[in-house]
Amino acid sequence: MPLVGPLLLSAGATEAGPAAFASLLFVFLLATFIGLGVVTRVSRLLHTPLMSLTNAISAIAVVASIVIAGQDHPPVITLLGAIALAASMTNIVSGFLITDRMLKMFKRPGEEKRP
Amino acid sequence: MTFWLIEGAYLVASALFVMSLYWMNDPRTARRGVGAGVVAMTLAIAGTLLNPGIVNWGWIAGAVAVGFLLGVPLSWVPLTAVPQRTAVSHAFGGLAAGLVGVAKFYLWQGEPESFTAFRTFALVAEVILGFLTFTGSLMAAGKLQEVKWIPQRPVTYPFQNQANIGLLLVAVACGFALVWKPVELAALFPVIVVLALAFGILLIIPIGGADMPTVISLLNSYAGLSAVAMGFVLDNKLLVIAGALDGSSGLILSIIMCRAMNRSFTNVLFGAFGQVQQKAGAAEVRTAKRETPEGAAQILEMASQVVIVPGYGMAVAQAQQRVRELYDELTKRRIEVKFAIHPVAGRMPGHMNVLLAEADIPYDKLVEMDDINPEMPQTDVVLVIGANDVVNPAARHDKASPIFGMPIIDADKARMCLAIKRSMNPGFAGIENELYFADRTYMLFGDAKAVVGDLVKQLAGGSGLH
Repeated sequence: MPLVGPLLLSAGATEAGPAAFASLLFVFLLATFIGLGVVTRVSRLLHTPLMSLTNAISAIAVVASIVIAGQDHPPVITLLGAIALAASMTNIVSGFLITDRMLKMFKRPGEEKRP
Repeated sequence: MTFWLIEGAYLVASALFVMSLYWMNDPRTARRGVGAGVVAMTLAIAGTLLNPGIVNWGWIAGAVAVGFLLGVPLSWVPLTAVPQRTAVSHAFGGLAAGLVGVAKFYLWQGEPESFTAFRTFALVAEVILGFLTFTGSLMAAGKLQEVKWIPQRPVTYPFQNQANIGLLLVAVACGFALVWKPVELAALFPVIVVLALAFGILLIIPIGGADMPTVISLLNSYAGLSAVAMGFVLDNKLLVIAGALDGSSGLILSIIMCRAMNRSFTNVLFGAFGQVQQKAGAAEVRTAKRETPEGAAQILEMASQVVIVPGYGMAVAQAQQRVRELYDELTKRRIEVKFAIHPVAGRMPGHMNVLLAEADIPYDKLVEMDDINPEMPQTDVVLVIGANDVVNPAARHDKASPIFGMPIIDADKARMCLAIKRSMNPGFAGIENELYFADRTYMLFGDAKAVVGDLVKQLAGGSGLH
């Protein structure tokens, strides 16, 4: 039953018709506005960590890669999914780790001296 | 039940991703943002693994292991290499999106009813965006890493832009053909993939090093948009939300970078900046005044407010630690020291802040251009270290200058200016800097690390008793 996965992945979409597509457009629009609103408030000091953080976040492609690599498909498809999964996982791991590493360096005004 | 577990995990993950970015508004809460992101991603992955259709656990475990093996070392790169790392991870993001698109396309060949017009359209968008981000980002990473066989300087040839746009149009036309007949014309799909891969390379070739901060931000945006397109293909709201957050973040950063250089997107993408600019005219030979480290140290000692303008040259010379020692010496004497950060200082947005934070400069001393400029007339000494175009007053008045209109740090308005420079050669864009010939400017020639080291030695040795 290869179809079970993709159907479960979607919120109540028993059919991927124009209605589902339109509701996704609304989600996209609202998420973009939220993104613009939140990101304009990000401290300019932190734009480099911001980019590595969003890098990790957009590796959400991991969700799709898992489904493709994990389901019972021809080997070529599984391989494509596995490569996509490895690439996304790399971004998640390195993105979060390096963001945290950089943020740790930002010392508060009081704690500027190293012990 | 499983349905709600998965959807619930995705819902909480979406909220946490938004909070994650929200907490980045202040360095004090920013690490909490990383925590929120990690929790969100873990929830998303755990939710997905609950899918009953998943059987290839070995493949998943293997791919995740590879991700850790590559990801952990990639997070250890020196901070000067963070722009390259970022570009590489845009490339990985694009690759993942592209491959998922390819897999879906061939899976749907067996179930043609899946090819609704909307989905096919989204699939084509995902594949084009994903693969052009992949090769484009690899090219950008190569340029930033200064890989030998990738030219640093912009490469241009006749009808370049027309050819590139033509290529993209062919890919888009193939895409529309697929929307029309996805199964019969399936042979067009590999053509789209190849064209997208080629377009990514050709898009970056004519762009020079000075524009890399903008290009990285734009590629960031594309990587996000390819995730959004993937969300449309798979009818998955979490993908759309997370992709949109990334896309809008990249867009904002690109706009900030463009404004900081007074350029437009079209100009960055199709302008081939930093190329010729052979301004005819043997201008009159002007001489700059030199100063010795001893003299400069005395000048600094007598100041009450010093502003340091760092540029990427400081990082190339690995002078951050010396700069930190200079900061300590001056602060010890109750001299107010601030750092003036131009938005395009460094090689990606915010790069200079991270480089200085690594050297333990407290972040409240890192002041943005717009906030420091009003203080410049009251500043006793400006010390320019490895910066060039961002302090060139020609940007304000010389209409013939390629950087005319670019906002600059008003180093020339301070009471005195000291500039550390390797030699009198013009900077990256090949533009002569008027600041060096101004009445109140004194040059310190030499390697930034050595010169700042000398200044520190002078200040420490003299211990303020002159």
